[in-house]
Amino acid sequence: MGNGYVVPAIVAVTLVTLGIGFYGLRLARTTSDFLVASRAVSPTWNAAAIGGEYLSAASFLGVAGLILKYGVDVLWYPVGFAAGYLALLLFVAAPLRRSGAFTLPDFCELRLGSRRLRTLATIFVIFIGWLYLVPQLQGAGLTLATVAGSPYPVGALLVAAVVTANVALGGMRAITFVQAFQYWLKLTALAVPAIFLALQWQADARPAVTPPDGPAFRTATTVVVEHRAALTFADGTIRQVRPGDRLDFAAGDPVPAVSGVATDAADWLLPSTAGDDDRGLFATYSLILATFLGTMGLPHVLVRFYTNPDGAAARRTTLVVLALVGVFYLLPTLYGVLGRIYTPQLLVTGQTDAVVVLLPEAALGDGVTGRLLAALVAAGAFAAFLSTSSGLLTSVAGVISTDVLGRGSVRGFQLATVIAGGVPAVLALNLSGLDVSQVVGLAFAVAASSFCPLLVLGIWWRGLTDLGAAAGILVGGGAAVGAVLVTVLGPPLSGWPATLIAQPAAWTVPLAFTVMVAISMATRRRAPADVGATMLRLHAPEALRS
Amino acid sequence: MTAADDPVPAPRAPQPSGRARIVLAEVSRRDSRAERTRTELAQQTRVGEALVRGLVRAQLALALRMSLVVLIGLGGLPWLFAVAPAVGRVTVFGVNLPWLLLGLASFPFLIAVGWAYVQLAERNEQDFTDLVQRPER
Repeated sequence: MGNGYVVPAIVAVTLVTLGIGFYGLRLARTTSDFLVASRAVSPTWNAAAIGGEYLSAASFLGVAGLILKYGVDVLWYPVGFAAGYLALLLFVAAPLRRSGAFTLPDFCELRLGSRRLRTLATIFVIFIGWLYLVPQLQGAGLTLATVAGSPYPVGALLVAAVVTANVALGGMRAITFVQAFQYWLKLTALAVPAIFLALQWQADARPAVTPPDGPAFRTATTVVVEHRAALTFADGTIRQVRPGDRLDFAAGDPVPAVSGVATDAADWLLPSTAGDDDRGLFATYSLILATFLGTMGLPHVLVRFYTNPDGAAARRTTLVVLALVGVFYLLPTLYGVLGRIYTPQLLVTGQTDAVVVLLPEAALGDGVTGRLLAALVAAGAFAAFLSTSSGLLTSVAGVISTDVLGRGSVRGFQLATVIAGGVPAVLALNLSGLDVSQVVGLAFAVAASSFCPLLVLGIWWRGLTDLGAAAGILVGGGAAVGAVLVTVLGPPLSGWPATLIAQPAAWTVPLAFTVMVAISMATRRRAPADVGATMLRLHAPEALRS
Repeated sequence: MTAADDPVPAPRAPQPSGRARIVLAEVSRRDSRAERTRTELAQQTRVGEALVRGLVRAQLALALRMSLVVLIGLGGLPWLFAVAPAVGRVTVFGVNLPWLLLGLASFPFLIAVGWAYVQLAERNEQDFTDLVQRPER
């Protein structure tokens, strides 16, 4: 990779992030400023910041890679990632803001008055936060290795160090400005190259995305395999390949069919049908449930709502976020589709996550334009790692500083940040084989099976009790955590067990709701006596408050 | 709960500190009529309780109706594609329908539902505010 623009672009993004962080530091004077941005952040800034924080490596790189590999069925990922904000808007945004809770543990204590439930929620916040942080750091390591040829730990440690320093020194105030900037950077980094790519596709006489003979190499290509697979060549020969194998293809050669990848045009182009098997449909609905309901349970998303001045502003902010995120998600699909034409070798190597980073040079050639656009995309990818890691780190550190270390002083928050950033950095160095998109999807499933029922029932149902909430989180969330651990550490599965473990939300979310309701009804007498006052506080407009 | 037990507090009565604790003191004190209705709400009198229940029910019903729209509009698609594969082969401007529906149309749809919800939820809150601040109460 001889692109000399990539490293300067990444360095520039990092420096600007730090620069805005320190500018924000000068503005942050008091502890209140430091932690909640004084609630003086305007809805547009706040919405851009939420969007910037939310669009992670999985959105920026992973979605396009999945579409390149699997086609139309995985379009549910971007749709679900956006729809999560609608669920948040409908059921959570305004009441949560009015509750005055800063974190999920705060909400537990405020609504149900239980310290033990608060501790349980703290454990889940830290687990989900770290589960989401590790793939961000890994994505950074892999991207820097792909575009600049650096060793894997460099990118992971760089992002971990920059983010930890920035959060520890600048706090939320700085983070709001950094995140808002990074939303617009990420959008630009995908939108501008997308325009050039579309023009190039026109200029190339609109090559078919799914030619009748299957995808073919446009130029002579040497492929170095990175994942074990079985390749089926056009003449019917089957060859097992292993990481490190080199394959030479001439221009016009058809791309061999790769096991586990939708190489066949019909598989890729058309949704799975009832005739295939029920597992495909089950996995689709499970994915929909996890992404629609998981967003509201992600710790770094909720912290943001405290920076709105009131409940109505929280609602409007969420709507703007939905629009910003929706606009962004139009783009990865385009990269995935054009990747079928310009970077079919990624289907063979298995590194489909690299499609966004590699596509500009593959389509536009390695002239100045192609290289500049490739650098822009790499900068956007780095913005994605930096911003999501910052948001996650802020919320995990906030929870650690208030619930594990004690009072929420500035010094305590800084110490908590170092702890919260250090653990996933060590994990990321030791677990390099995890698949980015899959782990992020599992984090959504855990959030949807633990905090989603807690929030929805806590906000709308007077009958929720502390024991019911704890049981629901332990059983539903625990089942999802178990699925995560089996996926990450366990043996490879096949058939129905594999589907149920890889996409657990369709059974763990209903399980969590059922247990929470059933145990709450069995322990009806434990419902807090002040639930009426809490309901008033959650739902009454601020104008009626004294 | 001493002075606050008085069913009709005197205008501009000094605010008992216990009440401020129950209802998050964030907005500065306001005038007397609003204060009386707030007192009723905060003390969870039967009338206040019923009012809050009504608001919660209205907002929940609205949220559930909106979810139903999304459930049918988006959630029905995988099922539709599965039982009627022909729908997936329909092309519009050379692009297969599922790609257009999911990759393009779903986002404006979600935003439109969200926009409608914000309007209706604010109207519910306005109705609630008008109800508790009506002059005859």
